[in-house]
Amino acid sequence: MSNNHETNTPVSLRGLSADDPHLQPAARKPARVEKVISISFVFAIIFGVLFIAAFVQNWQPYILGGSLAGSLLLLGIGLVAWGKYLMPRGPFVEDRHEFRSSDEDRAAFAAAIIQRGGGVVKRRKVITGLFAGGMGVFSLGALFPLLRSLGPLPKGTLFHTDWRKDAYAVDITGRRVLVSDLAIGSIITVYPEGKQDSENGQAVDQTVLIRISNQDFTTMKGRESWGPQGLLAYSKLCTHLGCPVGLYEQQMQLLVCPCHQSMFNVNNGAVPQFGPAPRPLPQLPIYIDADGYIRAQSDYHEPVGPGFWERS
Amino acid sequence: MSETLNTKRAKKLAKGPFGGVGHALNEIDDRLGAAKGGRTFLDKIFPDHWSFMLGEIALYSFVILLVTGIFLALYYIPSTAIVTYHGTYMPLYGQKMTEAYASSVNLSFAVRGGLLMRQMHHWACDIFVGALVVHMARVFFTGAFRKPRELNWTIGTTLMTLAIVNGFLGYSLPDDLVSGTGIRIAYSILLSLPVVGSYLAFWIFGGNFPGTMVIPRFFVLHEFIVPLLILGLVGAHLALLVRQKHTQFPGPGKTEENVVGTPMFPVFMAKTTGFLLIVGGVTAALGAFAQINPIWQFGQYHASNISYAVQPDWYMGFLDGALRIWPSWTFHSFGHTIAFETLVPALILPGLVFNLAYAWPALERKFTGDNAIHHLLDRPSDRAVRTSVGVATLSFLMMLFIASSTDVIANFFHISLNTVLWAMRILVVLVPLIAYPLSYKICKEMQSFKGAGKRKTTNVVTRTAEGEYVATASPRYVDDVPSHLAPIPVPKFITELDSVKNVDEGNGTRVVDR
Repeated sequence: MSNNHETNTPVSLRGLSADDPHLQPAARKPARVEKVISISFVFAIIFGVLFIAAFVQNWQPYILGGSLAGSLLLLGIGLVAWGKYLMPRGPFVEDRHEFRSSDEDRAAFAAAIIQRGGGVVKRRKVITGLFAGGMGVFSLGALFPLLRSLGPLPKGTLFHTDWRKDAYAVDITGRRVLVSDLAIGSIITVYPEGKQDSENGQAVDQTVLIRISNQDFTTMKGRESWGPQGLLAYSKLCTHLGCPVGLYEQQMQLLVCPCHQSMFNVNNGAVPQFGPAPRPLPQLPIYIDADGYIRAQSDYHEPVGPGFWERS
Repeated sequence: MSETLNTKRAKKLAKGPFGGVGHALNEIDDRLGAAKGGRTFLDKIFPDHWSFMLGEIALYSFVILLVTGIFLALYYIPSTAIVTYHGTYMPLYGQKMTEAYASSVNLSFAVRGGLLMRQMHHWACDIFVGALVVHMARVFFTGAFRKPRELNWTIGTTLMTLAIVNGFLGYSLPDDLVSGTGIRIAYSILLSLPVVGSYLAFWIFGGNFPGTMVIPRFFVLHEFIVPLLILGLVGAHLALLVRQKHTQFPGPGKTEENVVGTPMFPVFMAKTTGFLLIVGGVTAALGAFAQINPIWQFGQYHASNISYAVQPDWYMGFLDGALRIWPSWTFHSFGHTIAFETLVPALILPGLVFNLAYAWPALERKFTGDNAIHHLLDRPSDRAVRTSVGVATLSFLMMLFIASSTDVIANFFHISLNTVLWAMRILVVLVPLIAYPLSYKICKEMQSFKGAGKRKTTNVVTRTAEGEYVATASPRYVDDVPSHLAPIPVPKFITELDSVKNVDEGNGTRVVDR
């Protein structure tokens, strides 16, 4: 017991004799451990060969990855066991040294900065100030064009879409949408003609067209002419974070955003009923022309999508 | 004489007792003077404790990220130019897509080993951030961040933010439907910043969403700038660790003035290299057998398409959860909009959490008045307030994480989304409020139980020649905490400031008998 206790006392590596028990392997039967580690390395080599074969033969990824995993794991486990059982058992100890420098060194260091450096600066206040000013102006100058050249200014971009007076509503393939294409209860995503192929057009102009009845439908006071023959057009951009409001719950007449589950009531102007969206989806005023095509009366009357500072 | 000098044996002897290697080392030392420092480095002692391995997992998964990332960068094309897919994956054949998406699908199917590398890269990232969280929790709960290691705590917290940012950037690169939705949300979050939001969003994206610049720019950030920052900070993190030496748990022979453990060479080197291989092996096994982010199923990103049950990678979950449950409070007035519905959960909340982490060492120093150097770690139960704050914060983040799957929970358990939403809103507040006093109470109970964690020693009974029975206590078990390190009053942190002052003339150090 006492012997065990003694060898478990931490010793310093410095000046340790080569036959010190601390340098003996930790395992009681090192030969047996060595055998186990050898087996593990042998299988690691086998897996390694399999990995090469899998790579050369272009076998399935799971064979490739599985053999790589087997090889790495067995090498790793063997190496850890080697370190744990067959290397000097210790425990060893080393001293920590205080970080604090001596008082003289501290004083000399501070003096070097304050007296030598400060003296130079204090005596030359004018050029110190000018240099600081010059560096400041340069930094501002360097920062500003760097940011500014990254992209255009927003200006009015966020306030408008590509919908214009008399623009035809087309589907993703560019086909003009007829009122007869939409049965009651159906929904389709439309774009202003010519913009259906552009990513920017898709991102900003995307509009859902829903047919809720055969009769002209008014969602809100002042929108008496916006829902001809029960067709309602809303911006597809969620007013929360701009995800496409892609789910239509026909029975509840809800448009649902799959990202954060905001729900908008189609019947009363897409007022949010649930979830984090703060504003209704903007409604696009549309009409049906003499040929039965669906066209826009104008652009949206308010910015589409999520909120931003300049939006009133 | 000249003949004997030319024999092999004589040549060998001329090289000194350590042969050719020793000779080479001497040559190096002649030029660099590396022997003294080299010996100190090889003799460096590493304390043994399983929890010190958590940081190693993070380090090694970062190594795997670098290796697999270089492989991916050789095949990935950061371009939003539209191409027609003519690759080997039939369901997408002939479709129009961006080069970014086409090259991601190609490197998964057409490049030998590509799918394995992509899945290993993604898994290594999830493991990396996970290991960072657990490592950070270990450092926090054991008080390893205390003086003199505050700077390393700051570097570590920065590494955590950078890891999360880079994870998001990498997730965005394949330009598949799910990642595009993530970028859209990030753009809207930028927009929500008062005054500068729309300018910042336009500059980062080179115009209105989505534009053509975001993929090339995210690529430069993801594979060059942020990894370089992480690499530099990891280097600084390890350099500080070597300079300040490792902390250790109290134990036999362990004091504030020493480090007890295994030497760098060969023991630690063997174990840690083995561990690197094991982390690599586990990642390879996950990459081989567990599918992750099958982008070919999601399809190319189109701004007007979306899929159901959109969830980001796990480390972004707390943000997504916060965005879901925060109410739709917004501010419209004076011709301006402040999008509080986005600003608070997506920017202010993570800002508060991370700044609390940055400020914690200073806060603790201020409130306990403990300005002493600490190398011995705390038992978490000895520091009830710190432990409870940590548990409450983690449970808060955990609830936000769960809230990021409200729709999935509602579907799975067939309950209304409204019920789930309100349940999560309540739980996010309630669970931390319960977790704090509960963990405080548990800590107090553990403190009051003297000798907790010690094993009982046996009495050895002997009979003397006179027939008298004598009981003597057997020696203490070697791993038991020696009496001079037994639990003694420690500063009770914020709550009992007065008692702290009584311990050690106001500087609140743990009194250790030296």
